[in-house]
Amino acid sequence: MSTSTISLDQLIAWLSRFRDLVTEKQSYLTELDSAIGDADHGANMVRGMNAVVEKIGAEPATAADALLKSVGMTLVTSVGGASGPLYGTLFLRMGVNAGPVTELDAAALGAALRAGLEGVVARGKAEAGDKTMFDAIAPALDAWDVAVADGADVAAAASVALTAADKGRLATEPLVARKGRASYLGERSAGHIDPGATSSTLLFQALVDTVSS
Amino acid sequence: MKKLINTPESVLADALAGIDAAHPELKVDHVNRVIYRAEPTRAGKVALISGGGSGHEPLHGGFVGFGMLDAACAGEVFTSPTPDQMQEATKVADSGAGVLHIVKNYTGDVMNFEMAAEMAEAETGVKVASVVVNDDVAVQDSLFTAGRRGVGLTVLLEKIVGAAAEEGQDLAAVTALAHRVNDSGRSMGMALTSCTVPAAGKPTFDLPDDMMEIGVGIHGEPGRHREKLADAASIAKQLVDPILADMDFTGSPAIVMMNGMGGTPQIELYIMYNEVAKLLKAAGVEVVRNLVGDYITSLDMAGCSVTILKADEEMLKLWDAPVNTAGLRWGV
Repeated sequence: MSTSTISLDQLIAWLSRFRDLVTEKQSYLTELDSAIGDADHGANMVRGMNAVVEKIGAEPATAADALLKSVGMTLVTSVGGASGPLYGTLFLRMGVNAGPVTELDAAALGAALRAGLEGVVARGKAEAGDKTMFDAIAPALDAWDVAVADGADVAAAASVALTAADKGRLATEPLVARKGRASYLGERSAGHIDPGATSSTLLFQALVDTVSS
Repeated sequence: MKKLINTPESVLADALAGIDAAHPELKVDHVNRVIYRAEPTRAGKVALISGGGSGHEPLHGGFVGFGMLDAACAGEVFTSPTPDQMQEATKVADSGAGVLHIVKNYTGDVMNFEMAAEMAEAETGVKVASVVVNDDVAVQDSLFTAGRRGVGLTVLLEKIVGAAAEEGQDLAAVTALAHRVNDSGRSMGMALTSCTVPAAGKPTFDLPDDMMEIGVGIHGEPGRHREKLADAASIAKQLVDPILADMDFTGSPAIVMMNGMGGTPQIELYIMYNEVAKLLKAAGVEVVRNLVGDYITSLDMAGCSVTILKADEEMLKLWDAPVNTAGLRWGV
């Protein structure tokens, strides 16, 4: 069944699905991070998302802002590295933007994600083409906004966003990293897909899986 | 992988338990993974807090004690600690005189310490200043990267700034001194072998038996380039030349550290120190103090790094001041 809006329960299902996907792809994320980073992205994301699922199970939230802020703080305190503050800030800012609602339509979820991305940019100072998670999320949200302007619901917007995220992720392969530990490789960072852009794409994959099934 | 561990998952917890068992003069918070001095920070004394991924011992926990740090936050191996740990350390160590965060320039460390400072200031009103150490000349094109990494100079900075805080300098003075030390020192490292992260179970990178990596960081990050293994004199030149090319160290006394990366015996470090000292003498650099040994390591990596600090009179006086930590001790 396709969904026009996303409920609180579906937001929780989305996060749980994201946990499953990073767990499934843990060795792939680690492999990508071994090539240009420090080989801990898979383990860090799995640890963080396990903590998130445990936390939201133990303390059920009654509104989107409380849920997403709790997710953000849990990631900040359990992931470490650069991914912790970046993913943590993404969800914290999403929560602030979403407000105390129990349901988000495509425009509202898009706006929350956009606020999250702005937080990531403020924290990490990344720009397009730096070979970071920005390169997957930014095109995904651009596609999202275009779809919503054309009247797309959450499921349709998520679907085009995933396509754009994956395209953006794959396009990081030839790039020379300019942020994070990968930047120390200089030219040697080219020829590898960015692990952060890959885990970010899984976030959209998880959303599609949640709202389309 | 052959390591003296119980399980890869328990490396950090077990090591902290060991520090606790060995050092009654320290207090270990096992929940937040913070190492403190056993005695609370003296009223009016600025607190110095550092931290980072584990695997660089004795940095940072080994430098907690009289004359250096007040607290050290330990992250997982090669992974930055988290803001809640740093916020807790900041709150506990503050005596009211404020806190200086000493941060090595890595993306994760910088972002986590930034969040911690924002959270601590917002929630508890602690005055927090910070210095980001970025001394690694191996990183070229620093405008197009995350910038120079923080490596060996961190040890010298923690000693000198620690002495300033101990003698009662206020937060503004301590912070200004920390920036001055950071601006006055440079480092360069090399590796003979990779390190093996316990959780990964295998070497981080492949380095053939007859090759070395020049300009390596302290997490098994790649260096500037790889080349055939050479003798100590040539390696020393490859480390000293880029440092001297980056900064003029003549006309002022210098403190030099010949640091082991964890898997190199001291006998080799002394051979390297001798070569470095000869080169510096020939270049007109007056070395007045030195450290030779393992101070900022990269697990079991074989290799070394050189740090040179252009020291003014105040820095030298603070360097000579008493220090009493597990990793550095004199004058007490």
